[in-house]
Amino acid sequence: MFRALLKKELMVARRNWIGIVIPLFFFVMVVSLFPFGVSPEAPTLQKIAPGIIWVAALLATLLSLEQFYRSDYQDGSLEQTLLIAGPTQVASAKILAHWLLTGLPLVIVSPLLGILMQINHGFIDSNHTWVLMLSLLLGTPTLCLIGAVGMSLALAANRNGMLVAVLVLPLYVPILIFGTSTVTASLENFSYNGQLAILAALLMIALVMSPFAAGRALKISVS
Amino acid sequence: MASRWRWFHQLGSPKWFFEKSAKWLPWIWAGTLILLAVGLYYSLWASPIEARQGQGHTVRIMYIHVPAAALSMIGYVAMAIASTIGLVWKMKMAFAASRAIAPIGAAMTFIALFTGAVWGKPTWGTWWEWDARLTSELLLLFLYLGFIALHSSFAERAKADKAAAVLAIVGVINVPIIYFSVKWWNTLHQGYSVTQKGALAPEFQVPLFTMIGAFYLLFIGLVIMRLRVEILMREQKSRWVADWATEQKAQKRGV
Repeated sequence: MFRALLKKELMVARRNWIGIVIPLFFFVMVVSLFPFGVSPEAPTLQKIAPGIIWVAALLATLLSLEQFYRSDYQDGSLEQTLLIAGPTQVASAKILAHWLLTGLPLVIVSPLLGILMQINHGFIDSNHTWVLMLSLLLGTPTLCLIGAVGMSLALAANRNGMLVAVLVLPLYVPILIFGTSTVTASLENFSYNGQLAILAALLMIALVMSPFAAGRALKISVS
Repeated sequence: MASRWRWFHQLGSPKWFFEKSAKWLPWIWAGTLILLAVGLYYSLWASPIEARQGQGHTVRIMYIHVPAAALSMIGYVAMAIASTIGLVWKMKMAFAASRAIAPIGAAMTFIALFTGAVWGKPTWGTWWEWDARLTSELLLLFLYLGFIALHSSFAERAKADKAAAVLAIVGVINVPIIYFSVKWWNTLHQGYSVTQKGALAPEFQVPLFTMIGAFYLLFIGLVIMRLRVEILMREQKSRWVADWATEQKAQKRGV
């Protein structure tokens, strides 16, 4: 059943592939605004790069939530799906699809942003790029998991967009802190294992709790 | 067995609570006033100034700051517990209670942050520092505001109750983080000394504990008042509310 649900999500996304690419554009564009806005000099960029890349990833995840939940809710297919499958299963499928289609691409394009922000000079020869990718690899699933709870709660509310952000952003803060400090520690040649371990721990906690909470929230929204 | 849980079932009845709480409120307010009077007297006049904190009188801010900060966290936990009860046992009163707590808890959080800033300026030399405890307390304020925002975004109250309840439960993770933040991260905010034996001189303990007591009662009193309004709004179609309203009107005309 889970596989069927996931397949359906992926198929819907494939037929609307522009929607998948937009968050990626957004991610790259937001990051590339900062050299214009702050300073194009390498030392400054290096200093702000971890925070900016992480904030951009966080916002891209947040903004891409809508399309995975909203249209299903509005055309009634979410309600039908919940009739045939358990809410936790439905939520898990949506979360996994959301991560595969927005979280993972963000991880993959992040070396490009590393170059734009001067955190490494070659392409992948630098250790910092790997750390950035690893931190995003551990962090973005948590963002998707937490975002799913907020989005599912806000589905039936008569305002959207901003409301989800208000609900979810406070919960994103720990991931932002540890994600950013992983990359910063690497840039300053300190050990970053502790921060990575905490990111992994946050992922584990979210993995256990949020499919359940999101499922519950989906059920409340369609009831 | 049945009688042991009776209070729980009674608490679930809006009508019972509305009638009983009218009798509790005068006592709670009287207690609040007495404790506040004693506590404010001690904290503003009769307590010594702290030698180490330099500016002397700034220590008096603590008598507001500590109780407000404590209640901001306890308020959130209470809200999350009420939300859990509401989701598990489908108890109407629990949802009303969590809705009643939210703005008061948010106000307490704001007071804690504000007094902290006013105290921090002369003592630490800054209004704000991105210290672990300050940041997590700020997040608590955002969580309260998120709860209120989510709750007021639904056309149906039943849906709003349940959705906001899930959010309250998810957000409760932040409370232990705030509480232990001074221990886990040794940043600017000092560690807890209130509950440690001997860390706090008796002349500071008296006003502090009196003020904590006063704030607890104030909090309970305010929550009960909001809860009564909440009950009237939720039960406005029921018979007993109509009866109560006509009675109220008759009394007013009589006076």
